[in-house]
Amino acid sequence: MSIANIALVGNPNCGKTALFNLLTGSRQKVANYAGVTVERKLGQFALGENTINVLDLPGAYSLNATSPDEMITRDICMGTHDYGFHPDVLVCVVDATNLRLHLRFVLELKALGRPMLVALNMMDSAAKRGIVIDVEKLEMELGVQVVSTVAVAANGADRLKECLRADALPAPLIDPQALPEDQHQQVRRILRASVSMPRDTSALDDGLDRWLLHPVFGVLILGLVLFFMFQAVYAWAAPFQDGISASVQWLSGQAGQILPAGILLSLLQDGIFGGLGTVLEFLPQILILFAFILALEESGYLPRAAFLLDRVMFASGLTGRSFIPLLSSYACAIPGIMATRSIQDPRDRLATIMVAPLTTCSARLPVYALLIGAFIPRQDVLGWFNLQGLVLLGLYVFGIVSVFAVALVMKRFNKTKSDHALLLELPSYRLPNLRDLAIGLWDRARIFLRRVGGIILTLTVLLWFLSSFPGPPADAVLPAIEYSFAGRIGHFLAPLFAPIGFNWQIVLALIPGMAAREVAVAGLATVYAISSVSDDTGQLGAVLASQWSLATALSVLTWYVFAPQCISTIATIKRETNSWKYTGIAVFYLFGLAYFFAFLVYQTAVWLS
Amino acid sequence: MNLSQLRKGQVAQVLGIQSQGPLDSIAQRLLDLGFVVGEQVRCVTMAPFGGDPMLVQIGFTRFALRKAEAARVLIGSGS
Repeated sequence: MSIANIALVGNPNCGKTALFNLLTGSRQKVANYAGVTVERKLGQFALGENTINVLDLPGAYSLNATSPDEMITRDICMGTHDYGFHPDVLVCVVDATNLRLHLRFVLELKALGRPMLVALNMMDSAAKRGIVIDVEKLEMELGVQVVSTVAVAANGADRLKECLRADALPAPLIDPQALPEDQHQQVRRILRASVSMPRDTSALDDGLDRWLLHPVFGVLILGLVLFFMFQAVYAWAAPFQDGISASVQWLSGQAGQILPAGILLSLLQDGIFGGLGTVLEFLPQILILFAFILALEESGYLPRAAFLLDRVMFASGLTGRSFIPLLSSYACAIPGIMATRSIQDPRDRLATIMVAPLTTCSARLPVYALLIGAFIPRQDVLGWFNLQGLVLLGLYVFGIVSVFAVALVMKRFNKTKSDHALLLELPSYRLPNLRDLAIGLWDRARIFLRRVGGIILTLTVLLWFLSSFPGPPADAVLPAIEYSFAGRIGHFLAPLFAPIGFNWQIVLALIPGMAAREVAVAGLATVYAISSVSDDTGQLGAVLASQWSLATALSVLTWYVFAPQCISTIATIKRETNSWKYTGIAVFYLFGLAYFFAFLVYQTAVWLS
Repeated sequence: MNLSQLRKGQVAQVLGIQSQGPLDSIAQRLLDLGFVVGEQVRCVTMAPFGGDPMLVQIGFTRFALRKAEAARVLIGSGS
């Protein structure tokens, strides 16, 4: 028998995932643990003739678990719950520069009496800071084998691999005669015996934090970082998006050359390629956004941003940790909701998921751009500002205000009054490692394409069916869509939307718009019988301007601030909350707010004019 | 005196943790993170917009604690 399964376990920020990436490279599988939304990262590497399976357990401070992540780690280490992985060895990863904290967890794990190994990670950083560790002495004091590793160096895990060649590792000896010693005292004794540190903190961290956490400059720098990031997301992604949409259109055109006109071609062009285009066009923005977020996370800056903003977020019932997910939601609510997994308090996590759809995601922009261009005059206000730009800004601000307002209302409804914990560690600053960035990015892209792509594609095909069948009669005079199921649904629902100024054409366009918000633009083009492909929105804008009142246009804009016009987001809420009840509440309150404010805006506008 | 009363740059010694109720997971977590009797703790800085949360250094690690969390840590004069 040789070692076949190992689990990496350790505190957050110990470099565990970097070590996992170094060991397994691209041989990783990311999924969920059964029944919970905790990421399960399993990988493999070859060692001589053997293959070793590695499980990267969620970071934990203690076996006294306080979050779903930590419960998984506790259950697998203690063997109390079967998740289909039984580690032969626990590889306990510790940061050599943060031993006071990390060694206590090692002692807690050692007390379990399972075969284990300590990976003394980040030995390079420790050396730079002048920290001297007597590894042999440390091993003796701990009573557990210790190997040093450098997760960011190509051969940094060689010694660890060497140890795993053994047939089995011994379980640590626990002397039943020994007096129970407090773990913290034990750590202090071990540190005195085996480690010498010139100073407790890194001089670099102190220097950077003086500026980056400064009450004035820190907030300013954060603002600049965010500004640059959004600028990049929108500016850098544009050429890629154009390229993708052009290639999909080219493919769609090629299909038209090969296939005869008919149902199959229509399904391919309007259903499948349409859906594919929608999914792929979002990918550049999402990847650029995630590249920034990953780099900021790896560098240690993101927890600092959470620290700076915690007060503001907490006042409205969120937490500093909500900042990152809400930020991602500006590109797309789906990765944003997925990112709430880093929020430990389940109440805070739920509140963040519920408000994430209110942030102005990039899919709203095409709708906003079309309507603002068509209805808002291009005039200067106060000599400096453009009225169109101000309206767009107003819609963004409306979204932000509603995030905080809804979170505040949810806080009032929350019955459990116990304190919400922040307890956020601010790790040392580090240069992001390219391999870890690449692997992280690849993971997100894969998850997005597989989970979201599937939903969008299925829905586009379904909506294609609804808007294509039954076909128009031979003597049809109206656009084909009017004779379809979607047309009938649109006419049926129209009275319901009359009080907010929507005509049946808008209601009809909202139906395909459920696949993704910007699809509503294409939907409008179809109903107003404009040849949809390769058509610039200027023509559609002109038609709308002649057909709609300003009140209707404002009402539609307001509707889009709130309405959960995106089934993929709803599906993601269901998956991440694992609850139909909360999904139902989210859909109900979002449609409710959309209807209420659209009604208010429409009636006010009608009354004023 | 408790940790939430510490000002920027001040150093103190942990005297103990005051639990709120029998099942106070925050108190337990503070113990696990090293807020134990005799440990030295320093207030590194306070957050903008009202000085809550605060950033404290304990051992080799920095933690951001909200005032409600810091109030559970009883402290005495430094060194």
